[in-house]
Amino acid sequence: MAGADYQRAMNTPSPLAGRGILITGGSRGLGAMLARELGRRGARLLLVARGEADLERTAADVRAAGGEAHACAADVGDRDAIHRIAGIAAAVLGEIDVVVHDAGALGPTPLRLLADTACEDLQRVLDVNLVGPFRLTKALLGPMLLRGRGVIAHLSSDAAVEAYPRWGAYGTAKAALDHLTRIWAAELDGTGVRFLGVDPGEMDTAMHAAAAPDADRSALARPADVAVAVADLLGDPSVRNGSRIVIASGVAQR
Amino acid sequence: MSPATAPRDDPRTTRLLVVDVAARTIAAGAIGDLATLLAPGDLLVANDAATLPASLHGTTAAGEAVEARLAGPPWGTRAKALLFGAGDWRMRTEDRPPPPRLAVGDRLRFAGLVATVAAVDAHAPRLVTLAFDRDGALLWRALYAAGRPVQYSYLERPLALWDVQTPFAARPWAVEPPSAALPLTFDLLLALRERGVRVASVTHAAGLSSTGDPALDRLLPLPERYEVPAGTVQAVADAHRRGARVIAIGTTVVRALESAARAGGGVLAPGEGITALRLGPGSGRRVVDAVLTGMHEPDSSHFALLEAFAPRALLLELDARAQQLHCLAHEFGDAALVVSPRRLGRGGLDCFSLDSEVHHHRDAEREPVAARGQR
Repeated sequence: MAGADYQRAMNTPSPLAGRGILITGGSRGLGAMLARELGRRGARLLLVARGEADLERTAADVRAAGGEAHACAADVGDRDAIHRIAGIAAAVLGEIDVVVHDAGALGPTPLRLLADTACEDLQRVLDVNLVGPFRLTKALLGPMLLRGRGVIAHLSSDAAVEAYPRWGAYGTAKAALDHLTRIWAAELDGTGVRFLGVDPGEMDTAMHAAAAPDADRSALARPADVAVAVADLLGDPSVRNGSRIVIASGVAQR
Repeated sequence: MSPATAPRDDPRTTRLLVVDVAARTIAAGAIGDLATLLAPGDLLVANDAATLPASLHGTTAAGEAVEARLAGPPWGTRAKALLFGAGDWRMRTEDRPPPPRLAVGDRLRFAGLVATVAAVDAHAPRLVTLAFDRDGALLWRALYAAGRPVQYSYLERPLALWDVQTPFAARPWAVEPPSAALPLTFDLLLALRERGVRVASVTHAAGLSSTGDPALDRLLPLPERYEVPAGTVQAVADAHRRGARVIAIGTTVVRALESAARAGGGVLAPGEGITALRLGPGSGRRVVDAVLTGMHEPDSSHFALLEAFAPRALLLELDARAQQLHCLAHEFGDAALVVSPRRLGRGGLDCFSLDSEVHHHRDAEREPVAARGQR
């Protein structure tokens, strides 16, 4: 735990206190840690993920720590789920100030060469990592523009920048997601709604273990530390619209 | 006028007829003309209600088919609903068999959700209050899982939730789309913003537009919940002070703003309430100078509301012109902008005969249908 950051967060009122925040992929890994961190900072959360049991457990953890969290089991890769998620979020949170697109899919593991990747698997990875965030932002954007305020964050990866063999589907989707961040930002610059890309660095998560089972876990950042850094970015109005921020070993490189 | 039978692929193809009430002229153009028709400083007010999937198919304890169309958003565990017998949206509502006769305490079973009849309207037995077996996020989740958008027989295919949301959609209070905003693209809204046109919002629980029962249809719109935020009251006051116009995007916005003004004794006040206000010829307007609206039949409550802006003869001329131009009616149809800046001044003489039908609470204790931002 980045102790100093945590203390700072606990001792000063967080800019995220009382804010309505929607987190996709909020049941496990970084999303779950981010839910806990934002819950501690007084944000009001709607967590979205496919797995209902993990999702309910994370929401219960946030509530047990004194936070507010609601669960909405849904697949962000499913077009028909989008307005269900948006409607439930607005019904239970009221105003939605921050959206964190953290849900991600690797495709089948062990990872395969692109040439061995089924077309349907590439499509599914694009649906979850790219098209889902696009659709959900589209559904949530209007009220943010009306208020002239909002933050939409996309969780990216260094696989968006480096061409790692066997990470073709995921890397392609994340590279496109980075560009989605930049184009949203360019089109809506000056409206008060800001877009942000975050590369959280390599973390010790179940997803990482599935992709790289032989990795040295001691060299990986802890999701809880990364969550503190991401939460700081979400509450920081000086983060430039359209920027992509890399978090290395749990510390934002700015 | 023929109804539009499907959502538009491109909202920019929506035609716009502009009725200038003072000049008694009607001009034809396209929705994009708003970018130049509106002036810097003008205030657009949108209804930010998202549309619920408010049609629930289920069965009675005896196994009879029933469709419940929610008449408004749930409040706690409860919601008003209009019941129909067997069939679905493909049948005209007036051709639907009546619902099975239900009494207080009877149970209705929907997919993943059970409701008990908590009240039956004394005059219209198909209008009931349902008490669901859960509330809060669990009820919203169940409604979104079980429900479909309310739609009518003139449409050619089932609607998805994507088809019925406006660009402003936030809290799911509407049971039919506040459709006047459906033709608006973000491109147009950003162009208006660039021009200096301001946009504010109200939330109004747009209700059902057809019941299948002629007696009940005459009572439409049923009482509807609305909320006018303080920021919108401020924006309206600024517009009025500068002599700029307030343009309602849709009749639900007119209803919300004029109800809130009546509740404030003639002065627009922030807050939420339930309104049974029916506007028509001779109704004084306190807030709204113009309304952007879809095209609807001359015998509808919607048309009657427009008579608060323009004389019936001019509206009939609008209807004739729209037919001549092959404009389309209803939620996915073409649009009209009725401009009539002959609003009543503050404190002017007026007769608000329906004041008692507006129940407005400034910071009233509310049942939390949908939590609001706590700032």
